[in-house]
Amino acid sequence: MLDALAKIFPAARLLSAPAALAPFESDGLTAFHARPLAVVFPETREEVIAVVKLCHEHRIPFLARGSGTSLSGGSVPVPGGIVIALNRLNRILRLDPVERIAVVEPGAINTAVSLAAAKHRLYYAPDPSSQAICTIGGNVAFNSGGAHCLKYGMTSNHIAGLTVVLPDGEVAEIGGESLENVGPDLVGLYVGNEGLFGIAIEITLRLLPMPETYRTVLAAYHGLEAAGDAVGRIVSGGFLPGAMEIMDRLAIEAAEAAVHAGYPRDAAAILLVELEGERAGIEADFARLNEVIRASGAYEVRIARDNDERLLFWKGRKSAFSAVGRLSPDFIVQDGVVPRSKLGEALREIERMGRERGIRVANVFHAGDGNLHPLIMYNGREAGALEKAEALAGEILRLCLRLGGSITGEHGVGLEKRAFLGEMFTATDLAVMQRVRLALDPLELSNPGKMFPGGEAPALTAHGAHPLERAGIISRE
Amino acid sequence: MIAPASAPLEPRTIAEAVDAVRGHPRLLPIGAGTKPGLAVPPPGHTALTLRSLTGIGEYDPSEYTFTALAGTPLREIESNLARHGQYLPFDPPFSEAGATLGGTIAAGLSGPGRQRYGGVRDFILGVRFITGKGELAYGGGKVVKNAAGFDLPKLFVGSLGRLGVIVEATFKVFPRPRAMATLRVRFPDFARALEALVRLGSAPFDLEALELEPAALPSEGALTLRLGGAPEALAERLVRLEQFTGGTAERFEGEAEAALWRGQRLPATDIPGTLLVKVPITPKRIQEFERQVGRAGSARRYSASGSVAWILWPGTAAELHAVLVSQALAGLVVSGPTDRPILGATRGDNFRARIKSALDPEGRFPDFNP
Repeated sequence: MLDALAKIFPAARLLSAPAALAPFESDGLTAFHARPLAVVFPETREEVIAVVKLCHEHRIPFLARGSGTSLSGGSVPVPGGIVIALNRLNRILRLDPVERIAVVEPGAINTAVSLAAAKHRLYYAPDPSSQAICTIGGNVAFNSGGAHCLKYGMTSNHIAGLTVVLPDGEVAEIGGESLENVGPDLVGLYVGNEGLFGIAIEITLRLLPMPETYRTVLAAYHGLEAAGDAVGRIVSGGFLPGAMEIMDRLAIEAAEAAVHAGYPRDAAAILLVELEGERAGIEADFARLNEVIRASGAYEVRIARDNDERLLFWKGRKSAFSAVGRLSPDFIVQDGVVPRSKLGEALREIERMGRERGIRVANVFHAGDGNLHPLIMYNGREAGALEKAEALAGEILRLCLRLGGSITGEHGVGLEKRAFLGEMFTATDLAVMQRVRLALDPLELSNPGKMFPGGEAPALTAHGAHPLERAGIISRE
Repeated sequence: MIAPASAPLEPRTIAEAVDAVRGHPRLLPIGAGTKPGLAVPPPGHTALTLRSLTGIGEYDPSEYTFTALAGTPLREIESNLARHGQYLPFDPPFSEAGATLGGTIAAGLSGPGRQRYGGVRDFILGVRFITGKGELAYGGGKVVKNAAGFDLPKLFVGSLGRLGVIVEATFKVFPRPRAMATLRVRFPDFARALEALVRLGSAPFDLEALELEPAALPSEGALTLRLGGAPEALAERLVRLEQFTGGTAERFEGEAEAALWRGQRLPATDIPGTLLVKVPITPKRIQEFERQVGRAGSARRYSASGSVAWILWPGTAAELHAVLVSQALAGLVVSGPTDRPILGATRGDNFRARIKSALDPEGRFPDFNP
């Protein structure tokens, strides 16, 4: 196999020595690692097709990899398989302000698209916290979210067309340049496949006009539940905020220690709400929003006076995850979803479960869509601590399912949660999904071992942040 | 009209629908039949009518979601939502005519409101369906955000009853803007109307709808723009929008405004022998399409910032197919005489065939292209 790869890739773009493979053994979910046979760096779509065909011919599994920021272990290599690193296939092929689309290669960085579109006053809406480093190809594979999902949807809602290499090397062009479609929504099915449907080699994104204005308010509460209730009032008041986020006391403490956002430090919870759109309409809505918030029992309300202050409000929120590293050497980020009206109940239960087990849990969440991100803290050097933290994480997922929600809002099932997919879906549901998968990948070569329950698990490691996270380049959301 | 192979089946429960599927080797699921081009079973197929499988199961306004059985009329859903100040922002067409939720998903149709937040694909969260093997399966979830498992709900949007029978679905809904106002702006020629549409595309106006019509007279064009939001800000926003678009503007507010959009939502289908066709398109391709299709004497409307052309085609399906192929466009025949619903140049047929083989391996439902 290595000889065959060497015929496609020059030595500089083919890694197989153990030391060279080390950085590719894990991803943003640092607890898992596995060693691939080799890592290749294609520079053209033809090279991607060639390596996929070669894997198919030799029946060797492969994984397409972007920046490796997956939080569910989705980009942990298949042991003994080939990692197809798409970082050099990162061009923005076309940016068309009239059609309002960008056509990009899978290795293009999320923020690079918005940067390139800015001169046309357009932007690419999905904004995962790792957007400064994560790739569009990875966003497509995992249907990545971000803080603005309630109003604008996830990655899937912003993809118009794809050229994909199926796991047997066949190329398919699905969707197109229009936002509309005839026949089944194949692009919709493809996005969020977790790498199981081959590799998207060309991605057509839709761009939105930049909002004219943003208005951001930060409210502090003496209780987490009061903050949750405020969200209910905002929703029933008929508002549609671009973002609505809550942080609890531990998360505030961590964020303050890390970036000094100036959050009220005695707050049990803070609520961050942002409206965006046409100035006249937003000013009117914002005045009404502030009345609702003042009436919701907030003891302090701050309104961002300018864009700098707005960014400061957000800086604390966006850094909250890596900031928790200051409170604990290790932590697990959970991603369950509950119906919005069950937020209070979910938070109470999580607090109780953590207390009973003697585990600290910080909470940061997308309150607008019920997407929780409990940060379960542990010390990996303590024997059994990771297992205890994982057991609590599992209990939280079951709680989300019991309340009528989902095991993942935006991070995907990956390696981490595949044991729980069977608790959310019936055996028939999973059998139907598996048939869809086998129709596209009869030999199960494309990122096997992810999403579906069963299969061999890669090794677990108990300690340490991702090297990029330690360097402050990525953060977890 | 070809007589169906046997009397239509009309299940009242999901269990009856499963039995009906298992008991019939050749079926086409249909709703209320408001889109006749998609509701006539091909020869040898029996109609499985879902219009008696009705009911809104769960609707909690504070969750912004509801779950309903597939045969539930959109009218009923929309009036329930309206009582709580909510709506389906994608503005499903044929609602007044009695269209069902399931039929709207299977046809994959959205109205002018698609402009603001997306189409039916962007609002569906979960789907319960019966496969060609007679399995009752579920995909997606009931919460507004979910990334677990493959996104089967989106796959069923536009599936035309050919991948499975949709029996229940969960949707996201939004609060309805507190007030709406509309501008109709006329331009001396179509090119200028199109140019204004393109300029609006990268301008920071929050438009609920943006429709482009070639007017009845030659060399004219009109844009219809809808604003929604805080009532106290609408007057100021209308003035800005008028200044930006140029042209001659006429304002609509209150009941006249609502009536105007009720008319816009349902393309006129009462001309016998014509085809009503949805053609996904992009702004840059409109001028050439207008030349080719307009010449044949058809009526056209370009919806949602020029992302869909709705046309009434006076010729045959074969003639339109040739025109669409020449422009690398595809069309969906919603009503009118045709032996196949999809015309023109389609993409991804190889991918679609694999999915069909997974969900309907025995070919219980019709092929996409007979």
